[in-house]
Amino acid sequence: MKQLTHFLEGFGSAVQLLFQSARFAGTLPRQRARFIDQCYLIGYTTLPIVAILCFFMGSVLALQSGYSMENFGAKQFIGSLVGLSFARELGPVIVAILVAGRVGSAITAELASMKVYQEIDALVTMNIPPARILVLPRLAAVLVMMPVLAIIGNLIGWFGGAVVCKYVESIAIEPEAYFSALRRYMKFKDVGIGLMKAEIFGFVVVLICCSIGLNTRGGPREIGASVTKAVVVSLISILVLDYFVTKVLM
Amino acid sequence: MTHPIHRNPITAVESPALGVTIDGLTKNFGKFQALKNVSFSVEPGEIFVLMGPSGSGKSVLLKHIVGLETATAGRVLINGQDATAEHTLERIRIALVFQAGALFNSLSVYDNLALYPREHRFGDEATISDKVMRALQILSLENSARKFPSELSGGMRKRVAIARALVMEPQLMLYDEPTSELDPVMGATISEIIATLKDEYHVTTIVVSHDRELALGIADRVGILMGGELVFLGPPASLRQPADPRIADFFHPRIDLKNPRFKNLET
Repeated sequence: MKQLTHFLEGFGSAVQLLFQSARFAGTLPRQRARFIDQCYLIGYTTLPIVAILCFFMGSVLALQSGYSMENFGAKQFIGSLVGLSFARELGPVIVAILVAGRVGSAITAELASMKVYQEIDALVTMNIPPARILVLPRLAAVLVMMPVLAIIGNLIGWFGGAVVCKYVESIAIEPEAYFSALRRYMKFKDVGIGLMKAEIFGFVVVLICCSIGLNTRGGPREIGASVTKAVVVSLISILVLDYFVTKVLM
Repeated sequence: MTHPIHRNPITAVESPALGVTIDGLTKNFGKFQALKNVSFSVEPGEIFVLMGPSGSGKSVLLKHIVGLETATAGRVLINGQDATAEHTLERIRIALVFQAGALFNSLSVYDNLALYPREHRFGDEATISDKVMRALQILSLENSARKFPSELSGGMRKRVAIARALVMEPQLMLYDEPTSELDPVMGATISEIIATLKDEYHVTTIVVSHDRELALGIADRVGILMGGELVFLGPPASLRQPADPRIADFFHPRIDLKNPRFKNLET
């Protein structure tokens, strides 16, 4: 019962934060510098880890599917399997998980520390709403950067699959055949669905992390607890949302 | 009665000074009662020092004035307007100097001071720069403009926090333990700054402190909170020989080293 109350409180507080931030949407043009800073943090600094992870996820996917599809004589479809899996599912989910772990934790730590050391209180007494200068630029930046990260993740994942198909002897499929299969069975809609998922996941992750950070109470120990909570709640939200969004968009 | 004229420390614009009324303020945190029906008024342009032992509810009361806490019962009126009403902070500029400074660690001293005027669009960057540099000059901090809070000493952080408050062009200044964690010389400097701001600009000032020297030195009136109750309200002179034994104990604590409690500490 207590956990349900906490969950509902947290949910309510995140929704409230979303509405508070939306009220200040008109101030975004004059917060250009903060927005660009956040785009850099969310997009550019996450890119290397997205690239590494997506490359190896694509490779593993091609390797595993090559091994099992060989039994059915369906090796020529590896390209479409890797392509569709990445575009519709793995790309957005991997990117969202990385954003939660890397960016979300940093956001929560920063805001929780500002809250604990009374910087947030100082903003309130200065009549500067934290939702305007701390949350809105982050939400806007994640909306811009998530599709970019997801597209790059998809391309690198597909490329990872192609490398394995070419150089693993038991698969031995040329890149032309691999990409031809990928193009043949994949529609633009599949990529679109993936990008929409990435948008939703990223937005929810940043909102959750901001909300948990701003609601931290106590001392330095609670900052750590908030970061852990933000990452766990974000990961659960991504996977739960993934099911429902997939069901709706199917 | 004529109210003193508040002169803005930065712009020198004159306006009537603000008065504050605390009316039956009660605050409960669960079963703990932090404030018990506290009532008093702060006259426009005066320095009111609120004293009391740790945990007596001083900082909680200060947070009610700026709207960081909501009262369980009672209210705070600033020039007759409810402090908790929406848009009060838009109409009345209240600056709170936090105990630890609450400076924005990711911003330089200059940007800490410039944040308020930039966000409230007080003018172009040149105007804002003038205001910021003027506030830094008042607090003798002009050489620290490009430093970050982590590079400053405790005393400097407090002075930066006061300078940041001045840039807000406040009508009401609140200080939470301004001399805590400072050496006596720096404590005296901060007291002098508070008194100077009041004398020159008639900023209504409420200081929360347990520093006896500060209270006796700069206060026009003193209030003492104990266990959430206001047990004294009057001029600082009457605290030199307090009649109430609780206040006498607070002001002139006697430590009896022969007390059996200290036996336990002996090795």
